Amino acid sequence: MTPAAPRRAVVLGGNRIPFARSDSAYKKASNQDMLTAALDGLVERFDLAGERLGDVVAGAVLKHSRDFNLTRECVLGSRLAAETPAYDIQQACGTGLEAAILVANKIALGQIEAGVAGGVDTTSDAPLALNEELRSILLDANRERSTQGRLKQLLRVRPQHLAPAIPRNEEPRTGLSMGEHQARTAAEWGITREAQDELTLRSHQNLAAAYERGFQDDLVSPYLGLERDQNLRPDSSLEKLAKLKPVFGGPDGTMTAGNSTPLSDGAAVALLASEEWAKERGLTPLATFVDAETAAVDYVNGREGLLMAPAYAVPRLLERNGLSLQDFDLYEIHEAFASQVLSTLAAWEDPVFCTQRLGRSEPLGAIDRSKLNVNGSSLAAGHPFAATGGRIVAALAKALHERGGGRGLISICAAGGQGVVAILEA
Amino acid sequence: MDRYTQLVNTPVGKRVAKQVGLPKPVPLKRHVPGKPVIDGKVLVGGAPGGRLAGPIARVLAEIGADVATPLRPDLRAAAAEAGLDASPWTPKASVDHRYAALVFDATGIAESAQLEELHAFFGPTIRQVKACGRAIVLGTPPESARKPGERVAQRALEGFTRAMGKEIGRGATVQLIYVEPGAEDDIAGTLRFFLSPRSAFVSAQVVRVGAEGGKVPSDFDWEQPLAGKVALVTGASRGIGAAIAATLARDGAHVVGLDVPALEEDLKAVAAGIGGSALALDITAEDAPSAIASYLRREHRGVDVVVHNAGITRDRTLGRMDADRWNAVIAVNLSSIERITDALISGGSRAVLNEGGRIVCVSSISGIAGNAGQTNYATSKAGVIGIVDAYAPALAERGATINAVAPGFIETQMTAKVPLAIREAGRRMSSLSQGGLPVDVAEAIAWFASPASGGVNGNVVRVCGQSLLGA
Repeated sequence: MTPAAPRRAVVLGGNRIPFARSDSAYKKASNQDMLTAALDGLVERFDLAGERLGDVVAGAVLKHSRDFNLTRECVLGSRLAAETPAYDIQQACGTGLEAAILVANKIALGQIEAGVAGGVDTTSDAPLALNEELRSILLDANRERSTQGRLKQLLRVRPQHLAPAIPRNEEPRTGLSMGEHQARTAAEWGITREAQDELTLRSHQNLAAAYERGFQDDLVSPYLGLERDQNLRPDSSLEKLAKLKPVFGGPDGTMTAGNSTPLSDGAAVALLASEEWAKERGLTPLATFVDAETAAVDYVNGREGLLMAPAYAVPRLLERNGLSLQDFDLYEIHEAFASQVLSTLAAWEDPVFCTQRLGRSEPLGAIDRSKLNVNGSSLAAGHPFAATGGRIVAALAKALHERGGGRGLISICAAGGQGVVAILEA
Repeated sequence: MDRYTQLVNTPVGKRVAKQVGLPKPVPLKRHVPGKPVIDGKVLVGGAPGGRLAGPIARVLAEIGADVATPLRPDLRAAAAEAGLDASPWTPKASVDHRYAALVFDATGIAESAQLEELHAFFGPTIRQVKACGRAIVLGTPPESARKPGERVAQRALEGFTRAMGKEIGRGATVQLIYVEPGAEDDIAGTLRFFLSPRSAFVSAQVVRVGAEGGKVPSDFDWEQPLAGKVALVTGASRGIGAAIAATLARDGAHVVGLDVPALEEDLKAVAAGIGGSALALDITAEDAPSAIASYLRREHRGVDVVVHNAGITRDRTLGRMDADRWNAVIAVNLSSIERITDALISGGSRAVLNEGGRIVCVSSISGIAGNAGQTNYATSKAGVIGIVDAYAPALAERGATINAVAPGFIETQMTAKVPLAIREAGRRMSSLSQGGLPVDVAEAIAWFASPASGGVNGNVVRVCGQSLLGA
């Protein structure tokens, strides 16, 4: 028996909760609460109550050890049929998009008909770990057989052992935070403060406009009193942004709390299916999930920037699909930092980067900036790490459908020197 | 390394020298065969409109350098075309970077206002140059400039590099290379020399690369540039001469060492050590030029490299100097060079000096700056510069070159006899705050002697660590 030829996987839509700033509206909400809420909103929107879907794939970057089966638990807590299988993945900020790739691939191979991809993250309800020394003492005590032996071990506990281990936003191999890494890349590519602030302002303006014209109405469901993303500043201005102090790259740095994404909480999911499945249910495909690519760079030796992997992933994806960088109607480049977007664009215009590092004969060239992040991106919306992919897939699919067709590019950088990119077409 | 340099590089010595404000010589890195031309990152900049971005990038690609360039389209395109994976550079980017070399193409500077480009490039980077690093500015010879404004601006580069040489410190050197229009692709030998540790004791020099005969075959062996060549070195039995002989032999040449019969033992030992030959004769003798010419023709069917190194001092202040002292110095240091050179280049295409020959003279900073007690010596060594000037055009016509090195304070048996106070002054009164080694002179001569230096003709390059004496 020969397997069926790959078929189209289409994006039908999505749902997310508004993203909240850390320790704010969602400070009491767990990852499970938020992902279940996002999932139930999707069920509501697409009338999926009691449906058995092929897969629900999601993940969280900051995860409690008790949440080992987070996504499956969310499915059980949702109105989807309890027979819907689920699994967790984690690829830092690439989690949501990588989940969509996995779901789309199974659909394309005919292994499933429909599935949900997404992610969730909370920086408020963060998993604090036991102090490493305390943990080791407790494990030692646990290994003792007698009460006396256990007591002897427990007497080793000192007050300083009560301080918890807080999850740190730094690369284990370099000890540098993601922001510090990106500050170096930004400086190397000569990304100015002004350019970063301009990109930031446009993100806020575009997201605000998207809410104003109702674009977000079928993408976002209110949650815990929030109707819009909490980080959105419709009245932001270059003057206000210019007043912020640098937070990365030292006193002369160009990266501020304004042009870097804030720590945030939220969840997002997207619904993907085969064309047949969609047709049976009278659902309109918004866009086809055409192809995707994941790349990683060796940032440890300092030769390449931590967040530059998308700059490698995109050309490989273009090559495979016979496309140029200019063959797109919309670009969704995740704004982890304004400077990440600008460094990536600068690299694609640089003859040395494109010939020596990408092995191309000429630069990929510039893009039409008016097609970039047209409905706002992470700088305005916030960036609950694993939730960003689901947000972008659904929003880009809708935007392509809304304009009556076209091709869109998604690019998401991730910790560990990774990058996940994809093409949607409508 | 002299004792003061050793002392000042100990932890205690460093502190004392800093507090008292003593000179702080850095032990200079010198060439080790087989090692890369340059070890560390090379930052390449340029004024807009320059013509050397491509040629510089090609040389750096050939030597496998780790390069960075500003994000200017022309510089990036040049790097890409040369196959250089150059990291982008902006003044902000590099705060924690250290550079082994800064290279700047100044040929685009066509008027004095544009000299600002030097300030913009070197200002943020001069303090990021590593110990024993290099700064190289490439310009257009003022006499080749098309307009007065360009000529002025290009001439101004000299003051910049000489002043920067006095500021850069820590064993680093600064040079100006004037590249004639048309000689863009002939800079490889010269750029390699000044980037490499071979030029350890050469600083604040101005070199002209002309458009004639600098082509290097693509399979050129940079480790053995003189393979198959025959080199005559006068005064080869000791000191700088022995170092020259050894260095040319290292570069692949068969060396014919020449010295006076009284030193024949030493000369033979030197020749034996490098697989060369020994020719003992007095160069001031009447028949010396013809004896040398016929020896070279008979034994080696000509000569490719001639190094006029033999020289003597007979110091006295002018009022106390007898005629013998005067005449001996002029005869050995100057007249003999003219006579031997004439003998080797006469006969047109059948001359003893082979096609593409190289003549290198040894002048001295005394000949440039003058030196009390050395009127005879200074006269002879200034005359040597005259020889370079006088013969360069004729030699160019036959694809040959003539250049001179002018050593400053070099650590030799001769300088070891100089009284301590004067010796210390000689060592420290230079930007590198130390004496050079004989090999430093030899390396500069080897660069002139290389087949890759065909465009380098009529130059006088000081090997003096930018001594404060003279221009």
